[in-house]
Amino acid sequence: MIEDTIAAISTPLGEGGIGIVRISGPDAAEITGKIFRAGHKKNFLKENRRLVYGHIIDSKGEDLDEVLLCYMKAPHTYTREDIVEINCHGGIVPLRKVLEQVLAQGARLAQPGEFSKRAFLNGRLDLAQAESVIDLIRSKTEGSLYLAISQLKGNLSKKILELQERLLGLLAQVEANIDFPEEDLEAATGQVIIQSSEEILKELEKMVRSADSGKVYREGISTIIIGRTNVGKSSLLNALLRENRAIVTDIPGTTRDIIEEIINIRGIPLKIMDTAGLRETNDLVERIGVEKTRETINKADLVLVVLDAVRGLTDEDYAILDLIGEKKALFLINKVDAGEEKMRIKESDARKLAQKRPVLWVSAEKRIGLGQLEEEIFEMVMGGRITGPDNILVANIRHKQVLEKGARHLSEAILGIRQEVPVDVVAIDIRSAWEALGEITGSTATEDLLDRIFEDFCIGK
Amino acid sequence: MEYAAGKYDIIVVGAGHAGCEAGLAAARLGCRTLVLTLNLDYVALMPCNPAVGGPAKAHLVREVDALGGEIGLNTDRTSIQMRLLNTGKGPAVHALRAQADKLQYQNRMKWTLEKQQGLDLKQALVDKILVSKGKVCGVVTSTGARFEAGAVVLTTGTYLKGRIIIGDLSYPGAPNGQFPSVHLSESLAELGIKLGRFKTGTPARVDRSSIDFSRMSIQPGDLKLYNFSFVSDVTSREQIPCWLTYTNEMTHRIILDNLYRAPLYTGAIRGRGPRYCPSIETKVIRFSDKPAHQVFIEPEGRDTAEMYVQGMSTSLPEDVQLAMLRTMPGLERVEMMRPGYAIEYDFIIPNQLKWSLETKAVPGLFTAGQINGTSGYEEAAAQGIVAGINAAHYLRDLEPLVLSRTEAYTGVMIDDLVTKEIDEPYRMLTSRAEYRLLLRQDNADLRLTDKGYQIGLVSPERYRSMEQKKKLVDEEKERLERTVLPVTEEVKKILSELKTAEIPQQGSSLAGLLRRPEMVYKKLLRLPLEHPQLPEEVCEQVEIQVKYGGYIKKQEAQVERSRRLEEKKIPEELDYTKVGGLSAEAREKLEIIRPGSVGQASRIVSVTPADISVLLIYLEQYRRQKKKQI
Repeated sequence: MIEDTIAAISTPLGEGGIGIVRISGPDAAEITGKIFRAGHKKNFLKENRRLVYGHIIDSKGEDLDEVLLCYMKAPHTYTREDIVEINCHGGIVPLRKVLEQVLAQGARLAQPGEFSKRAFLNGRLDLAQAESVIDLIRSKTEGSLYLAISQLKGNLSKKILELQERLLGLLAQVEANIDFPEEDLEAATGQVIIQSSEEILKELEKMVRSADSGKVYREGISTIIIGRTNVGKSSLLNALLRENRAIVTDIPGTTRDIIEEIINIRGIPLKIMDTAGLRETNDLVERIGVEKTRETINKADLVLVVLDAVRGLTDEDYAILDLIGEKKALFLINKVDAGEEKMRIKESDARKLAQKRPVLWVSAEKRIGLGQLEEEIFEMVMGGRITGPDNILVANIRHKQVLEKGARHLSEAILGIRQEVPVDVVAIDIRSAWEALGEITGSTATEDLLDRIFEDFCIGK
Repeated sequence: MEYAAGKYDIIVVGAGHAGCEAGLAAARLGCRTLVLTLNLDYVALMPCNPAVGGPAKAHLVREVDALGGEIGLNTDRTSIQMRLLNTGKGPAVHALRAQADKLQYQNRMKWTLEKQQGLDLKQALVDKILVSKGKVCGVVTSTGARFEAGAVVLTTGTYLKGRIIIGDLSYPGAPNGQFPSVHLSESLAELGIKLGRFKTGTPARVDRSSIDFSRMSIQPGDLKLYNFSFVSDVTSREQIPCWLTYTNEMTHRIILDNLYRAPLYTGAIRGRGPRYCPSIETKVIRFSDKPAHQVFIEPEGRDTAEMYVQGMSTSLPEDVQLAMLRTMPGLERVEMMRPGYAIEYDFIIPNQLKWSLETKAVPGLFTAGQINGTSGYEEAAAQGIVAGINAAHYLRDLEPLVLSRTEAYTGVMIDDLVTKEIDEPYRMLTSRAEYRLLLRQDNADLRLTDKGYQIGLVSPERYRSMEQKKKLVDEEKERLERTVLPVTEEVKKILSELKTAEIPQQGSSLAGLLRRPEMVYKKLLRLPLEHPQLPEEVCEQVEIQVKYGGYIKKQEAQVERSRRLEEKKIPEELDYTKVGGLSAEAREKLEIIRPGSVGQASRIVSVTPADISVLLIYLEQYRRQKKKQI
């Protein structure tokens, strides 16, 4: 059986001290050799099943992370293939960087449950265990499918869809000329192909760059803090920021104009949206208007609703509740430090508002109830009520890998035309680029291509 | 009254392009074969375009030829024009296209069948398929003749419940004033086979003597002699030209003014027609901004005045047809000899077939050609030879011939037919072949002669000569890679004469030189080295394989990656309801299509990668359980 080499982060993302990147497949050792610099001049290949200390390095030879690495030779491994496990510092940033290095050297990002699937197919697991592998594949894939679809609504995926459409249009023109040479169709000359390809390539490369800088792909659970004026939103944000290490500065190329803040709650990154707005005017609704707010809320994975315990519920609060609808939300009743006699919101009112969503009594000012808040957020994510960061991270790395693959094929197509390779041969590379993007958008059936040919061109005897 | 009319090994119903290949293959493999046709005067009839070949179709013709079929030879001997299309593109899509003399084509093919040992050709209308103990056992004709056979191949074309439509006129019929076959559809339905309905059409035929060719542009054939068959003996050919004219605003006005009489738009035609072959009324409506459409006038033969009006397929009323023809330059006084028409017909929804083209419902019953929802003579012929071979293999309990997507267009076509949802008549296109660069028309012999020989349709001499060609190609390729051209004054001079750049100081291999865009194999021979004298077809192969070597390797790597899933076979008896974790939609499709391999399963619409993972795991479970039982 010919298998490719797969890799993934195999520990749950969290604040645990260590995270593991696992590589399995025939090229595991070779890939590791290119990115690992062992300390004490040890050769990791000779240290079968033993931990080796060293550094993962990037393409320029600079250290990415200090790691402990373990090489396990086939067949006595989980998947019965060569496996390398890289123990990195926990946290999303180092793990992602190490994984990306592994992928850059030729590994493929593993599908959900793929290690276990290989373990079973290679005879490592028994029949009873097969069922759980199927469950894993099914649930995880459906989870990430859901994620892929939810991401399709975003600008990024709209962009990918559009680029894929343009590639399809180009391919249809080339193919129509090949299959119907005697029709008077607009010729797919090298000139035409180069021009379109270069345009699309430029867009792809731009997207890859922005993926690197983290502008588009900032991982995290998008969170919005909402409430009427002076209810204590910015104090809440500041309190959360003070207590939790923001990892945003770890990402190279982060620019200052980003209007998001990332806070790390027990290893789960929360991306607080529109924090600039929170700080300046202290009121999101007023500043950007109701429609915009509704849009922002729609984009959020989690809504933190802040209410003022002292001033009680106003019409404005109810208006905000309307905007939130049935979104995943946490209700924070702020300013509990004012004392019980001043409370104008009753426990029962709050429960009614929240509609079975959690209600917490806090004081942002005095840091009361913040631990509980963090606990609650953690539970919501880990309990699966909110799409977790694993999925987001995986989706992001997948997107980037796909964009790079598409760009690579398209560059080859351009090179081919420049070297006077016939268009039908170059079409192979254009098709590969189109299929690469299809890994995100989901469709690359030949039927799509034929539909496009007959849609765009008048053909027939 | 039914009577016992005879016993055969194999009965082929229909003698069109599929039936002829099926019958010949079966008989040549030593099976006693009966070919039945509605009308003996219409064996190998070309009811539409008088042409064979073109992109992807030429590939099919050459594949049939390499397997030992007849379409290539028959076309070579009866062609009145040949052109190589797509010469401005790469070798993988070069495509030979012939204009055939229709009557000669029919006559020669009929004679080939008649003189074939072990083959009886008879005129009869088959009404019923006979089945005994779940297996096919013969057919009954409308005159009551009961023929017995172990296997039956249906190649009924557009004749199943055929209905002809011209304007508001519509009647049960078949091409050229023939009968349709009405009862056979019912017999198939009784056997549990699901039928669909397609539509296709053809343009008018006009009288050569009423055309003013001076107002059209001439489309001559190629000066160079080409043949489809790798073993053709045709060495010269008279080339009769085609002619090109255009529709114009007047033509379009007439069509649009008469749309209320067009069956396609009044709802009289319900069957789905092919998008690659739209009627002129459809073209005018869908591409209304196009001021003119090309119309080719093609001769139907040497000894006939009939000319085919390519580009004007229509089911408009006869008077409208004539009026629109007469708007075009050169056709002002044209006389129509036959009007264009649309035809609706039943076909078998092809996902009910196996890769061998045997129906899943009735063992021993095979189908090929238009009855399987395809269109085109070449598509029919390719299925015909496969069905004929596999009917013979079925009787002898041999493994069926299954061509993969990686080795033949024929394989791509059959896999598409049995796997995908076919919602318009299926035509072969190069864009359907994912490994196009490997499946060239120039290497069909290298790809398939071996198979034809193993099966027994290709003679040992032909096989040896192909092996010899292969050997010469490999040796010459190796020589080109190995031989380093030194930098001498003489070499420099020749290179400059050849209009190519100088080579580096350390020299260059001949292969490296050949890979330059401006270089061709023949130019290499001018270099001052010792060159072997090689036949032209060897030089051609060497040039293609060296020049496109990089891309060919790329596609071979793609094939390699797909191989794992393709080789993973799915047992025929697999019960998909037992495969836990499949999505409901995937399960439903898998149960209908019952793919032969995991690779095929992955090509089914609505089967996702997760379904494939789940299926792989189930197959492994299944395998281990079976092992335990033994």
